[in-house]
Amino acid sequence: MAKTKKEISWDLSPAPESTGHATIDKRYDLFIDGKFVPPSTKKYFKTINPATEESLSEIALAGEKDVDKAVKAARKAYDTTWSKISAAERGKYIYRIARLIQERAREFAVIESLDGGKPIRESRDVDVPLAAAHFFYHAGWADKLDYAFANSSPTSIGVVGQIIPWNFPLLMAAWKLAPALACGNTVVLKPAETTSLTALKLAELIRDAGLPDGVVNIITGAGETGKALVNHDDVDKIAFTGSTEVGKMIRRSLAGTSTRLTLELGGKAANIVFEDAAIDQAVEGIVNGIYFNQGHVCCAGSRLFVEENVANEVIRKLKHRMNQLIVGDPMDKNTDVGAINSKGQLHTIEKYLKAGEKDGFEMYQSQVAVPKKGYWCRPTLFTNVSQSSVISKEEIFGPVLAMQTFRTIDEVIDKANNTPYGLSAGVWTDKGSKIFNLTSRLKAGIVWANTFNKFDPTSPFGGYKESGFGREGGIHGLSAYLNLQG
Amino acid sequence: MAKIKTTSESIEVMKTYKLFIGGAFPRTESGRFYPLRNSSDKLIANVCLSSRKDFRNAVVAARKAQGGWGAKSAYNRSQIIYRIAEMLQQKKELFVKEMKELGYTDKRAQQEFSASVDYLVHYAGWCDKYVQVFSSVNPVASSHFNFSVPEPTGVVAAFASNKSALLGFLEAFIPAICGGNTTIVLASEELPTCAITMAEVLATSDVPGGTVNVLTGNRTELLDHFASHMDVNAFVIWDAESADSIAIGQYASENVKRIKFYKSEASAVESPQRIMDLQEIKTTWHPVESISGAGSGY
Repeated sequence: MAKTKKEISWDLSPAPESTGHATIDKRYDLFIDGKFVPPSTKKYFKTINPATEESLSEIALAGEKDVDKAVKAARKAYDTTWSKISAAERGKYIYRIARLIQERAREFAVIESLDGGKPIRESRDVDVPLAAAHFFYHAGWADKLDYAFANSSPTSIGVVGQIIPWNFPLLMAAWKLAPALACGNTVVLKPAETTSLTALKLAELIRDAGLPDGVVNIITGAGETGKALVNHDDVDKIAFTGSTEVGKMIRRSLAGTSTRLTLELGGKAANIVFEDAAIDQAVEGIVNGIYFNQGHVCCAGSRLFVEENVANEVIRKLKHRMNQLIVGDPMDKNTDVGAINSKGQLHTIEKYLKAGEKDGFEMYQSQVAVPKKGYWCRPTLFTNVSQSSVISKEEIFGPVLAMQTFRTIDEVIDKANNTPYGLSAGVWTDKGSKIFNLTSRLKAGIVWANTFNKFDPTSPFGGYKESGFGREGGIHGLSAYLNLQG
Repeated sequence: MAKIKTTSESIEVMKTYKLFIGGAFPRTESGRFYPLRNSSDKLIANVCLSSRKDFRNAVVAARKAQGGWGAKSAYNRSQIIYRIAEMLQQKKELFVKEMKELGYTDKRAQQEFSASVDYLVHYAGWCDKYVQVFSSVNPVASSHFNFSVPEPTGVVAAFASNKSALLGFLEAFIPAICGGNTTIVLASEELPTCAITMAEVLATSDVPGGTVNVLTGNRTELLDHFASHMDVNAFVIWDAESADSIAIGQYASENVKRIKFYKSEASAVESPQRIMDLQEIKTTWHPVESISGAGSGY
């Protein structure tokens, strides 16, 4: 008797998040002096959903005149309101922003995933709650700054220009705005051109919070808009998060001026696994380190160092785990790896994949299906890469991991530190004394031991060397927005 | 006691002022010098006119020394800097004499000398305290232990002020080495002799070779090398000309070098902020186990 064998599918059923609740206008203007105003350029650019390549909305392109208008509004607000009200009142406004974000969390998460391509689970569980937490944490600092900086008489700086990247659009806006406002400054913020939507929704929310006009101005556009903001002579401080290349350009153009500057730039973090680590947990940490947010993370653990005698085990388990990662629709709650943020970034990543293959390294990509439309890159692992190869030296900003092995602690520390970057690092071992040996010798601003890619508003973030200077978050992050005596 | 034969007109032995690199006192590799004369045109010294190569050698020495100096216990660094004060104190006559040769009045020389010793004692005390003052344990919302501590930036290059012979020289590097950095200091072009004599003090104060490297020479000539060197992490410039600050900022952007411009004031600034200017904040995370947490407060 012939038996028909029924195929059982173990795939998860689709679990799409509804987008109905989120409203996206057809067109967004610039948020200047408390109002949405059309740009002097009369130009708008499209923002698309990278998972479908469909247009979501049109965003105003701010020109030099608009930048000037925004800076003037910020200056006026600084002089007439924001520096005049009491610190406690300032804090109350910021608390309001935190609460309003929590209330509208779902809407923000949906728009963040639509516009940027990141999995909804991440927008919902990481980006939006952390953004709210940043405002909430910093709100409380507004009237307590004298305790943070004893004998230093902290005072606000004035008008701050802030330029943020596309990998964590709302969260970066929160990282920048919350401490700046708490310390008594007014702001002109420019989001990245591919991910302006949540910043503009935040502008609506800030208006709803009743902040005095001009305290926060949000102008949209690309590099030229950012340049105009950096070079505006009535901006007292620039805070930039983005590529090391652009960071250096900004540093150069501000040379000889009194404009203060903090830079949070690229990274090429070492994630180090010792033989005595809990290997399964370490594999989870490796995955979280490099495939979180499609690897669009400046502190991504993109260089993996595994102690030689456990390398085969780690590779086997890692490949197995890579194949469990669901790549696809960012709006699906089961998705682990979403869409690459833009066509341009996908090209950059593909260029590095080719370079890695050309150098003769073994490339492994997960065997998962990806949608036809949209921008996708499967989780990728290169093994046996050399320390001097392009893929282990340069920041790829995608889900691409370059692995090397090591034998001794000194060897791995040398290799890990042998980079112009110094943003983050990871260490996996069960031995406490080894952890502290490593964490004290690794030249990086954030060291995760037996964990990776964790963020918190109370925890300072920022790099050594060419990963930038200044910190964001925590008590140390406040000093970036204050003048201190002594 | 045996009688020592002397002649009343014994000729004074003059000192050759050399550089201080890696704990040794070499002449400049360039073989160049500039004459330093007092107000009555008498030669005080032929001072080394350092070259780019001297600077590069000094950076190599400083980088080599940084790991060891930065890893010393704070208590040990504190004692070494206090030791510098001890060694300096006993050479009062020498320094006062040198300052007077450079045109100081006796009173001003005495004052600056005392202030210099006090400055060292003040900063010696900071070595094992600033970390406590500027560190934090951060109450993160997840189950992690999280703390932030300052660490040395690394190799710090410095232009000492042209306005004072000794105190200005110390201000250029003492906060840096308190914080575990190693340094290359270009002494004042017009008042260089005390800096070299101070290097002799450093050499006998248990300061490891390469921790402080001292060059003499011309600011303008060395400016772009100091600002652009890819293995220098920070550059401290005392009393900069405003035109220089543009060039420095541009060169320094190449490796995102930290740059600090300071203006000298009537009295030296004694503040841990000067140490913190040359520190990086490192934040460490580790999970805290939270299985079967007991509910009671005991």
